[in-house]
Amino acid sequence: MLKVLKYSFYDLSRSRWTYAYLLFFLLLTFGLLNFSHDLSKTIISLMNVVLILTPLIGTLFGALYYYNSKEFIDLLLALPLPRRSIFLGKYLGLSLSLSASFVIGILAPMLLFGILSTGLVLNLVILMSTGVLLTFIFTAIAFLVSIRFEHPIRGFGAAIFIWLFLAVIYDGILLLILIWFEHYPLDHFALLMTLFNPVDLSRVLIMLQLDISALMGYTGAVFRKFLGTSLGMSIAYATLLTWIIVPVFAFLWLARRKDF
Amino acid sequence: MITSAWLFLFAIVSEQLQASDTLNVGKAERFTRIGDAVKAAFPGAVIRVLPGFYQESNIIIDKKLHLLGVGFPVIDGNQKDEIFTVVADSVRISGFHLQNCGISFVKDLAGIRVDQGAHCVIENNRLFNTFFGIYLKNARDCVIRDNYVEGLAKDEFSSGNAIHIWYSKNITVEGNTCLQHRDGIYLEFVEFSTIRNNTSEKNLRYGLHFMFSNNDDYRWNVFRNNGAGVAVMFSKNIIMEDNLFEKNWGSNSYGLLLKDITDGEIVRNRFHRNTIGIYGDGANRLRMAHNEFMQNGWALKILGSCYDNQVTANNFLDNTFDVITNATVNNNHYHGNFWSDYTGYDLDRDGVGDVPYKPVKLFSYVTSRVPQAIIILRSPFVDLVNFAEKVMPSLTPQTLEDAAPLMKIIALP
Repeated sequence: MLKVLKYSFYDLSRSRWTYAYLLFFLLLTFGLLNFSHDLSKTIISLMNVVLILTPLIGTLFGALYYYNSKEFIDLLLALPLPRRSIFLGKYLGLSLSLSASFVIGILAPMLLFGILSTGLVLNLVILMSTGVLLTFIFTAIAFLVSIRFEHPIRGFGAAIFIWLFLAVIYDGILLLILIWFEHYPLDHFALLMTLFNPVDLSRVLIMLQLDISALMGYTGAVFRKFLGTSLGMSIAYATLLTWIIVPVFAFLWLARRKDF
Repeated sequence: MITSAWLFLFAIVSEQLQASDTLNVGKAERFTRIGDAVKAAFPGAVIRVLPGFYQESNIIIDKKLHLLGVGFPVIDGNQKDEIFTVVADSVRISGFHLQNCGISFVKDLAGIRVDQGAHCVIENNRLFNTFFGIYLKNARDCVIRDNYVEGLAKDEFSSGNAIHIWYSKNITVEGNTCLQHRDGIYLEFVEFSTIRNNTSEKNLRYGLHFMFSNNDDYRWNVFRNNGAGVAVMFSKNIIMEDNLFEKNWGSNSYGLLLKDITDGEIVRNRFHRNTIGIYGDGANRLRMAHNEFMQNGWALKILGSCYDNQVTANNFLDNTFDVITNATVNNNHYHGNFWSDYTGYDLDRDGVGDVPYKPVKLFSYVTSRVPQAIIILRSPFVDLVNFAEKVMPSLTPQTLEDAAPLMKIIALP
């Protein structure tokens, strides 16, 4: 597995898309910092980008990479290698290289602007950890979908729909439910619903860290009470990890049973 | 005739004698306790208290006196009672360090209490952990100036106010610092008074609190980190100018809370980083002009019970929400403000945007109905619905708009 991982990681690190992704985050962070000269504001602006873009790029690259390296995978399958290590290696290689671009792209300018001497290190850590987790989650989902659909167009469509659903549509449904049942106490329900969406959960995690929770009134207090404790934090991160583990196991399971 | 002239002369001379009468209090002086000196003094005397530590409480000042602390002598109430109680006119207390009054739930114990006095001056004192700091009751024409009042308030029920004024007239409160009490400055039934250049910080409830107080003004004050900066309740004709409301941040915090007030002026204030800049509930006929609202959660929260307010020539900069209301009809007037979220254009280049600005976003309207919806704040879906509502308003009050939004930020003095 490590061989496959290493190979796909090196392969990707020669790809210009990886560099484009890295360059994008470098320029974005640099530009924001230059523009505002305010690290905390930059982190807030980055939050919006990270929450939209890391899932989207994870989804697109995941599907693209799978379909592109299909022939290579077929070749590997002919060798006496366990399928598990082939697919896991491919998956980890892609996720790691995307995460590396993301982390370096944000961290380098931040270090240059002296993030370490401010009290914002924890905010940045939360931002980057959720970004990395989202990359892993959506790459896994993309792999799962790509294995499920033989046809690339269908696979892309399904992957993008899942992204769209979790990033946008889910919030719409949540909002509708909240409005329909506005006369009921919904704070715990809302908390539960965010746990079922990695994008929402990541956003709430970052926002609580950024102390926007004061805007959130009683609901914010409920969230803070839950997520502000180490137990709640652990549950949140465990949920995000579950969001990685379940799709990964699902696609490994599919890969094992599939007739290539 | 001659006798009366003599009497008059005598009166003047004795007055002069008394006025120049100075009693020293200190370890090596004739009086070692302030209370004794106060009892012995003639009206009009000056009592100089030399540096030292005095464990005294319940000093009742029942004649015109000037109590002067030299080098901030410490008077410790020993957690028992109050320290100075003034029941006479024209008393002046300055230069003391007062600490540790008792805490009572029956009596409002205070560091300095003025009861029925006129023309008193309380200046340049430091008060620590006095249950109430300076307490005026039925007073008039008094000045409270340059005092530093710091408390140890932990919860609202067992704490007092730094400066508490009840049923008084013509009071000037200026240059004071009020920290960590229930309210920084509390006014109830106080008329024709001026509050200026004070700093009120870290108070549990309000930095400045008006109850049933009419015709007052407050200017050039700083309200920072309080439960709410200022609360004006059940009052009329309050002038609020040039104040700074800053970082009154928390799930139930406001910069300025207006509850059932009419005919006020809110001009040239700065509201920075408050959860809610101005919260209006039953606020009528107010003029809000030349204020700056920057980085607040909600700049204005104006409930449906507010009528005929003029919001003109203000700067709204980077607030999460500019205006929120629970009303479906707009009863207030928004005109000629600068909104940093305005995306319109100005074809005729007269500095005024050609498209009206609607400061109430659909999402903020939804959150006023369903507060839980705030969890999807900053979700892309929210931008989507806000955009849809902007193009075709259906839920937000349609007449709540600024028909003449400015293209450029207003230079405020």
